[in-house]
Amino acid sequence: MATIEVDGRTYEVQDGSNLLAECLSLGLDLPYFCWHPAMGSVGACRQCAVIQYKDAEDTRGRLVMACITPVADNLRISLNADVARQFRADNIELLMINHPHDCPVCEEGGECHLQDMTLMTGHTSRRYRGRKRTHRNQYLGPFVNHEMNRCIACYRCVRFYNDYAGGADLEVLGIHNNVYFGRHEDGTLESEFSGNLVEVCPTGVFTDKPFSDRYTRKWDLQTAPSVCVHCSLGCNTTPGERYGELRRIVNRYHGDVNGYFLCDRGRFGYGFVNSDLRGRFPRIERQPVAVAGTAIEHFRTQIRSAKGIIGIGSPRASLEANFTLRELVGETNFFLGLDETEHDLLESILGILANGGIHTPTLRETEQADAVLILGEDVTHSAPRLALSLRQSVRNATFDLARQLKIPRWLDAAVRQLEGQVQSPLFIASVHATRLHDSAAETFHGSPEAIARLGFAIAHSLNPESPLPSGLDEAEEALAALIAGRLREAKRPLIVSGTSCASLAVVQAAYNIARALPAQNKGLLYALPEANSLGLTMIGGRRLKDAFARVQDGSADTMVILENDLYRRAPAPQIDAFLDAARHVAVIDHLENPTTAKAGLLLPAATFAESEGTLVNNEGRAQCYFPVYPAQEPILAGWEWLIRVMDNPRWHHFRDLTSACAAAIPALAGIERFPAEEHLPKIPRQPHRYSGRTAMHADVSVIEPPPPQDCETPFAFSMEGDTVHVPPALLPVVWAPGWNSNQAINKFQDEVAGPLRSGNPGIRLIQASGMLPWFDRIPPAFVPERGFWRIVRLPNIFAGEELSAHSAPVAERFPDACVFVNPEDAETLAVSNGDSVEIRYELELSSLRIPVRIDSTMPAGLLGITAGLPPFRHLPNGARVALIKAGPEAPAKTGENQ
Amino acid sequence: MKAETNTRSLSAAEIDEINAELPHYEDKSAVSIEALKIVQKHRGWISDDSLVAIAEYLKISPAQLEGVATFYNLIYRRPVGKNVIHVCDSVSCWMLGSDRLSEKLCRHLNVKPGEMSQDGEYTVLPIVCLGACDRAPVAMVNGELRPDLTDNIVKELLGE
Repeated sequence: MATIEVDGRTYEVQDGSNLLAECLSLGLDLPYFCWHPAMGSVGACRQCAVIQYKDAEDTRGRLVMACITPVADNLRISLNADVARQFRADNIELLMINHPHDCPVCEEGGECHLQDMTLMTGHTSRRYRGRKRTHRNQYLGPFVNHEMNRCIACYRCVRFYNDYAGGADLEVLGIHNNVYFGRHEDGTLESEFSGNLVEVCPTGVFTDKPFSDRYTRKWDLQTAPSVCVHCSLGCNTTPGERYGELRRIVNRYHGDVNGYFLCDRGRFGYGFVNSDLRGRFPRIERQPVAVAGTAIEHFRTQIRSAKGIIGIGSPRASLEANFTLRELVGETNFFLGLDETEHDLLESILGILANGGIHTPTLRETEQADAVLILGEDVTHSAPRLALSLRQSVRNATFDLARQLKIPRWLDAAVRQLEGQVQSPLFIASVHATRLHDSAAETFHGSPEAIARLGFAIAHSLNPESPLPSGLDEAEEALAALIAGRLREAKRPLIVSGTSCASLAVVQAAYNIARALPAQNKGLLYALPEANSLGLTMIGGRRLKDAFARVQDGSADTMVILENDLYRRAPAPQIDAFLDAARHVAVIDHLENPTTAKAGLLLPAATFAESEGTLVNNEGRAQCYFPVYPAQEPILAGWEWLIRVMDNPRWHHFRDLTSACAAAIPALAGIERFPAEEHLPKIPRQPHRYSGRTAMHADVSVIEPPPPQDCETPFAFSMEGDTVHVPPALLPVVWAPGWNSNQAINKFQDEVAGPLRSGNPGIRLIQASGMLPWFDRIPPAFVPERGFWRIVRLPNIFAGEELSAHSAPVAERFPDACVFVNPEDAETLAVSNGDSVEIRYELELSSLRIPVRIDSTMPAGLLGITAGLPPFRHLPNGARVALIKAGPEAPAKTGENQ
Repeated sequence: MKAETNTRSLSAAEIDEINAELPHYEDKSAVSIEALKIVQKHRGWISDDSLVAIAEYLKISPAQLEGVATFYNLIYRRPVGKNVIHVCDSVSCWMLGSDRLSEKLCRHLNVKPGEMSQDGEYTVLPIVCLGACDRAPVAMVNGELRPDLTDNIVKELLGE
């Protein structure tokens, strides 16, 4: 700690930090632009000037930039000295010279850091009367708008996009007063994290494009704390609603999970909530009904008359919904609704997390790792936000070097100069090249078996007790020894694996490596398929194939399917047979899908935006999402449908349900304290400036309806309530007086970039303990079979997740449908890039015709397909297919000749 | 030479010259400036296609190379005349009337700064301080310093 004096008052602050960060941590208002809590200081914008005094005698002092001034004991500064204030006002006046007067039509208006800082410095009238420089804007794809005239040249965009996120297609062009932040030509921003530019840019150069199309000011949005439902990481989000539509998602700071950034799937994937595919009414035998009560009565009759009832849960439904279903049908009749392999993988992973004795790091902790091995995952596509964190981990060696050279960690430009000299090792073993390869020290490409075998070899190399695979070639042995050597040296090694390879051996090899590591401070992290995969597995239940058997043997004739499209879980003929054999099929879901098409009774379910629920992320953290706006009857939350159908429900409210779930399932006992204690008066979801409340429904009725009641959560659908005593974790929106942008988050942390005051959201349910025996089921090497290929489904950030794929801007970013083949395989097939092949698969009657992409990193004998793309929906992992070079196209389609 | 300006591939001569620079630097991307100069020497200017060709050869993104190309006054991203006249517009020259001289020159050639004269002979561009303030106002014609300019700038620079 250091004692500093600011304008005559003394404060205790973090030694070694920079003055700007410490002033903000103290709650002082000091304007800035180029500094960012996650990206450090470059001293580019000159906005955070303060006066520094030599000693108590020095009355004049000198101007310094707070962001590049290290904090030291007995530092004396002034924020309020006239010279400092004047300098800051003059500086912003200069920065604003070219800035247009377009706030009223700018999407940033009302949450603009530039507006806030301009007001803070007192620069409220403009003297400049000259010509402003203007720029041509670029098309940057479906996610982000470009309006370069607003730029104040703080360089934050390129520092985030290139330096932090590893992008290469956004640059600063030009020189001196004519700089341009853009691409070398119009085109979609390639980074999977491009949406963060919207929040990183202190003004309206980069704005949220889908939000622009249906725009609302921040103060007119109704919001609530939420959790992303599009992958297993559980990033925190703030969705905003207006007129019954979900309008946008922005990052919600979580000190342990997502920090300041989201991936583009999480930010732009919400479109499914407003989609035309939403079921708005219950349907009985294909006929819509207008009120929920009718459907519930029907449901009840079905259940009463059932000979046997089974319930199928879902890894994308909340704990509460899954638990209520289990209670409704009984524990022995509850099935997890996962495919066979996934069921195995998740149970195995849960066992490892709970009993393996190895710490599962938070995302923030993964950034601290000083050696990382990714075994079998392409994290950019399977757990995108993790890729951003791992990209930071390779910098730890640079930070160490900087420390030796006495360069503070936050002095970003200086530390980045050291890059390239040293790098913490990142090793990637994956099916084919991943988006993190540019940061990797070594990469390995192979079949899931080859990846597992490499993993087992690394584990053996670290600890000879771990079994050794036989028949490794020399190169594999050398690579295993190299990786093991670097991991052994590390103080904070991290092993990342997951379910993408659909291989138990990969998951288990990852555990063996983690167990074999000598470091105390080691971590093991698995990327899982869906938002509540782990929560569902913790509830536990039987296998889907046993459900098939139950209907087959006639012991069950009625089924309730909760938020689960079974056609994604098993081959269509199997699901057809299953659903056709049942007498009653009740489906609760948000969107129309092949399963809802088969439902005798369809109950429209509220999405994450209109309901409450608890999800358990891949680290075992239970987090709650709250309704942003009320579900429109007869749409109900999944759990509510299930409670309402019970004859004598023991619970009526969400809180009771959460408690019951905690009491019934020991693994989930931690959620008992969830959601936050009853908060009275309630927390308003609408900001104090929320406008149009009395008029917004006047086109329907001039009578102002009473606000909808929320009996389930600490929040009210209202402007009124308690905004003062709200713990930051429950803030519906980040706002502080004078701080209208998301950067107001500084006001809710004790230390910038630290935990939220009174704690980050969520409860970790799993404490690492125990130790598992060495896994020893090492698969034999994969040997390609002449004339056949094995399907390997490759995850994709945009196409790969069921719900976000229904968001129009996300769908625009789907990759082209193609199959990835090894160059030698392409030669065997006599195809070159772009030629079509026919895929013949035993279960499919018709064959599939698809262009080939030759990928030198693709292992021989494997056929890579992008999971989630429509043509491949029914092609399962591991399927054995024949390939034939396609002849000329049928005459109907032209443009492709032999 | 005209045909070459729009090709996406580098000529053998260009590649040879770029390769000769490689050993002087730690990594390929560091050769960016030299590569731009080499290709400009052959083609007169750097077209979009030339830029992409160089970027591909150096294994950096076109955006990164564009950042370099647009940073430097002496890399031309638009076609220029056979003779490029850079008139200094920094403070000493400006105080001694470089604005007026430059305007005069442009009027004579019937071009705006940055444009190529109709006959393809001349382009006039501003440039920052050439380090000859004691002999201001100055210009640079095809790389050669031309000091002590006066209102006779047309004659002094073009010999007309």
